[in-house]
Amino acid sequence: MPFNRKHLLGLEDLAAEEITTILDTADTFKEISERPIKKVPALRGKTIANVFYENSTRTRISFELAEKRLSADTVSFSKTGSSVSKGETLRDTVENIRAMKVDMVVMRHGSSGAHRFLANFLDASIVNAGDGQHEHPTQGLLDMMTMRQHLGALDGKNVTIIGDIMHSRVARSNIWGLTKVGAKVTVCGPSTMMPAEIERLGEGGVTIEYDIRKAIAGADAINILRIQLERQKARLFPSMREYFEVFGVTPEVLASAPEHCIVMHPGPMNRGVEIAQEIADGDRAVILEQVTNGVAVRMAVLFLVAGGSFDSGTPE
Amino acid sequence: MIDWKDKREFWIAGAKIADPEAERLRVGSVCVQKGRITEIVWQKSVETDLPVLDAERFVLAPGFVDLHAHLREPGYEERETIETGSAAAAAGGYTSIVCMANTNPAIDDPSVVEYISCRAQQIGRCRVYVAGALTKGRLGEIINEYFHLKRAGVVALSDDGAYVTNSQVMRSALEYANLHALPVISHCEDAFLSSASQMNEGYTSTRLGLKGAPAAAEEIAVSRDCMLAQLTGARLHVAHVSTAGAVELVRKAKKKGARITAEATPHHLTLDDRLLDGYDTNLKVNPPLRGVKDVEALRAGLLDGTIDCIATDHAPHSEIDKDVEFDEAPAGMIGLETAFAQLHTELVAKGVIDLLDLVKLMTVKPAATLALPGGRIAREGPADLVLLDPAEEWTFEKRFIRSRSKNTPLVGARFTGRVQGVFLEGKWQSAV
Repeated sequence: MPFNRKHLLGLEDLAAEEITTILDTADTFKEISERPIKKVPALRGKTIANVFYENSTRTRISFELAEKRLSADTVSFSKTGSSVSKGETLRDTVENIRAMKVDMVVMRHGSSGAHRFLANFLDASIVNAGDGQHEHPTQGLLDMMTMRQHLGALDGKNVTIIGDIMHSRVARSNIWGLTKVGAKVTVCGPSTMMPAEIERLGEGGVTIEYDIRKAIAGADAINILRIQLERQKARLFPSMREYFEVFGVTPEVLASAPEHCIVMHPGPMNRGVEIAQEIADGDRAVILEQVTNGVAVRMAVLFLVAGGSFDSGTPE
Repeated sequence: MIDWKDKREFWIAGAKIADPEAERLRVGSVCVQKGRITEIVWQKSVETDLPVLDAERFVLAPGFVDLHAHLREPGYEERETIETGSAAAAAGGYTSIVCMANTNPAIDDPSVVEYISCRAQQIGRCRVYVAGALTKGRLGEIINEYFHLKRAGVVALSDDGAYVTNSQVMRSALEYANLHALPVISHCEDAFLSSASQMNEGYTSTRLGLKGAPAAAEEIAVSRDCMLAQLTGARLHVAHVSTAGAVELVRKAKKKGARITAEATPHHLTLDDRLLDGYDTNLKVNPPLRGVKDVEALRAGLLDGTIDCIATDHAPHSEIDKDVEFDEAPAGMIGLETAFAQLHTELVAKGVIDLLDLVKLMTVKPAATLALPGGRIAREGPADLVLLDPAEEWTFEKRFIRSRSKNTPLVGARFTGRVQGVFLEGKWQSAV
């Protein structure tokens, strides 16, 4: 199926076939990063601005590498804190960038829906690198790409997401992406961080299971979310120690999952809080593969959103 | 439409006259002289030397009364002024409105009350009644000088926009307001439970990744204030009821004999949280748009009298403040100019209530709630009247808006029924 979208705002809007197109394209692009000369001319002459309103290391570097490997010209800037407190509105900032004739804006922003807000008036393509607690579509896609490599077709596979579901854009993009291609998703985490009516989210909904051993019993993949210290300050759980006891993934807990179950984490990890050291470094962890796949997925997204097809800008 | 600007003595002939007190909707003619209604006859035409306005297509009702408008002056004149707010009210069919105390400075001192009253009278486009603040600076700590505020003219007391968190302060406020025979209007919200919330908590907030406020944040606050109203015997009016649970709490408290009334806004009666899908900041209000079941419960509350009246919670915010990320935008939408059309379209044209019910909910019932003089159509009463065309089909456009702010999600909406204009003390102001 051809990909005809101008923006990638989230996975909720995409059809299963579009997701598959992106993943197939990413599989093709992955090989480029293995070459001695890691560059193709697919986006030569295109200018991309990376606008990061939230701290990010890996996502920003991953996008920048993807852009460079596609030969795009890039500019990046980071600005933490709200746009209002900085004295210029988001709209003005982005319109200024656009006035410099940028073709694409890759943006991370702390406000849910910030990208949809921009899409109302911006004529450049917008790629969402994370909006508030809403979506992180390229993370969802790279998670799916990694799962597909280890598990084959995702239809009918069981994926368990563990942690702070309420505040997680990774969880939401995973839920929408995975359920669209027929995977079954279980969510597990403290009830204080389980959002209202989460069971209705995604195609056909998800299952809630608070007992971590039961939650991973039939899992083909588990995706462990980062727990943030500020949630403890907000009194959503009493202590890191207790969190690790109840929801931390340890070798003992992982024994409840099938042998082939892979362990994923979007990073950055809190070792000893949501994931035990032995698991993070163990042979079932595919966490660094996720990072590698991230570049390929972002190359595919940028390429497709720019209107690329294999006729005009072949990666070969 | 009609140039009645300069005519001081005339007949309005052949209109369907909606008399909400007598519960009557019937063809008649009204004579207006020197700002007062001097005669009402139940016939289509009259023989007279005075000029006659042929109003056969129209419904003539008492001018609407709004218990909940934010006029923003003094302090936030970039959002609204008494002048633009009065014009918006008149365009919406209102001849009396109550303005809320969250100005800057807050309306916690007689001088602010007098300033607003004087300005409103100079402008002369709408009667403006003033709600004084319940506590100093609306901070919920020290009760104001209700005697002085009443002498300056306030008709009610409210910290609207903020809930009085300290129950002891609220008890004192109710006791002391009761001493001075002033009703207390409460904005019911447990601000800890709703902290940082952007919308109603539910499936849509989970989908959109926006922090939700649970219905319980409103219901806990309504519960406490109903209990305190019973304890003190004071007159409590619950502002902008938005949840099914809150409707039920008010219903029960009324049954127990508490002196409680409640209002609902046009937006909570017609819109629900699913609309927030596109992150339109004009749909961000407080209390937030709730679920479909809450909308149904509010409508049931209107039908059984639990909800006493419609109030707009007209809350202007500038385009600059609203044209931002959703979580940066302030809560509130304007409502004076669309209230009738929106409710007529969604409730009357769709058969939920009839036209006379709607007129009651916008005139005699709000007036009775705060014991205001307006909302009636009677001989010797002031000629505060609204002329309505219930059949007119029209599209609401941004350029129609008289309010200084344009923060409404209803631009482009198709309506059935339109306010043609008002007579304020017999003086015509066209709305079209």
